[in-house]
Amino acid sequence: MSVNGQSQSHDVEPRTLLVHHIRENVGLTGTNIGCDTSSCGACTIHLDGQSVKSCTVLAVQAEGAAITTIEGLADQSRAAGTSTGDQDWHPMQEAFQQCHALQCGYCTPGMVMAATSFLNENASPSEDEVREGLEGNLCRCTGYHNIVKAVLSAAGES
Amino acid sequence: MIPAAFDYKVADSAEAAIAMLGEYGDEAKLLAGGHSLIPMMKFRLAAPTVLVDIGRVDDLSYIRQENGHLAIGAMTRHTAVEHSDVVKAEAPMLAHVASLVGDPSVRHRGTLGGTLAHSDPASDLPAAVLALGGTIVAQGPNGTREVAASEFFTGFFESVLADDEMITEVRIPTGTGGWNYQKFNRRAQDWAIVGVGVADGGKGISLVNMGSTPLRATAAEEALAGGASAAEAAELAAEGASPMEDTNADAAYRSHLAKVLTRRALEAAGVA
Repeated sequence: MSVNGQSQSHDVEPRTLLVHHIRENVGLTGTNIGCDTSSCGACTIHLDGQSVKSCTVLAVQAEGAAITTIEGLADQSRAAGTSTGDQDWHPMQEAFQQCHALQCGYCTPGMVMAATSFLNENASPSEDEVREGLEGNLCRCTGYHNIVKAVLSAAGES
Repeated sequence: MIPAAFDYKVADSAEAAIAMLGEYGDEAKLLAGGHSLIPMMKFRLAAPTVLVDIGRVDDLSYIRQENGHLAIGAMTRHTAVEHSDVVKAEAPMLAHVASLVGDPSVRHRGTLGGTLAHSDPASDLPAAVLALGGTIVAQGPNGTREVAASEFFTGFFESVLADDEMITEVRIPTGTGGWNYQKFNRRAQDWAIVGVGVADGGKGISLVNMGSTPLRATAAEEALAGGASAAEAAELAAEGASPMEDTNADAAYRSHLAKVLTRRALEAAGVA
C-alpha cells in the first residue's frame, strides 16, 4: 500500500487492524484510537480518497490502496497547490486553527480527515449538512460549534 | 480489540469465492465491506476461521436500470446507492434509506449485499428492500436462484443463504409511488429502536427491530388494501410481531412505536 504517497510493504497477520498497522508498523501515530467500535471516528483516515474508520478495516483489505493520514494531508494540499496560511497547511487544518476548532485535540485528526472527505463530496454544504456529515465523529469536549464553523470556513475558501 | 486469528483468502470473482466457501464450509465467512462482520469479530461474537475477501470483485459493483427494476450489484457501497441519480429517480426510498445507515465513513465501506446477508433485524436497508418488494439473487456452485426478500430472512442474523452461496445482485422494482421511512433512535448514527418503511403508497410496509427478522406489517397492508384509513391500518402495525426487550425499549413500547411510526410514515407517504 502507499501511505501518504510513500510505498510501504510489511508482512502482517490477517487480523491486524489498519489503525494498528498505521500506528505500529508504519509508525504514524497521528491517527488515534478512540472507541475501537467504529462509533467515534478518532481513527478516520482516507482510503483511496474516501474517509474510513481504520479500526474497522483489516490492514490486508487495504493491500494496494492509497492511504492518507493526518500527517500526509498538508503535503497533499501543497502538491495540489491548495495549501493556505503561514504554515502552508491544508485549508481544513488552517481553518481548524483559525476557528479554534479543538479543545483537547484527541478527535481532531479524525475530524479533519472526515471533514476533508465530506467536502470532497459536498463542496458548499449548509451548516446542517456539515453536522450530518460529521455525525460519525465524536468530540468528547463537545466542541462541535467551532468545528462546524471551521468546516464551513474551509468550504468557503476552497 | 483484536479478532480471533483466521486465514485470509482473496477471491477475484464470485465463482472463486463460492469455490472457497465450498472448500471451507461453515467455518468460512465472506468479507464484503466488513462493517458488520469486523465489529462482531472484534467483540468475539463471531470467530470464523477463514475469511474470503470479495472486496476486490469489482464487477459486483454496479447499478443498472433493467426492465421494471433496478439491478444493483452486491458489492455496491451504501455511498453509491445514496448518491446514485438513477436510484434517486427510480427507487428514491432506497437511496434515502441508504443515506441513513451509520455515518458517511461507514457508508463508504458497507455494501448492499453485505447488509442483506448479515440479516440484522435492526438494520435499515433489509427492511427497505423488504417494503419495496425486492428480489435477492444468490449464486452457488450450481448457478443462481432468485429469492423474494419476503422469503429471504429466516431468523436473527440468519437467511436462506446456504454455506456455499453468496448474494450477487439485488433487484428493486422501480416506481415512485408514495414512500416514507421513519427511523426512531435517540442518538445520531444509532440503529433504529424501531423503524418503519412504507413503499408504493402503502402496498409494502416493513418493520425494523420488531422481531428476529425484518418484518412485513401484513395486517396493516391488508387493512389498507381493504379500504382502511392510514390511522386504522397503523393500529394493526404490530400484529404478529414479537419485539425483543433491551435497554432501549421493552416490547410494549416497541409495539407502540411501530403503530405511531406506521401512521406517520403512511401520512408522509400521502396515504390518507
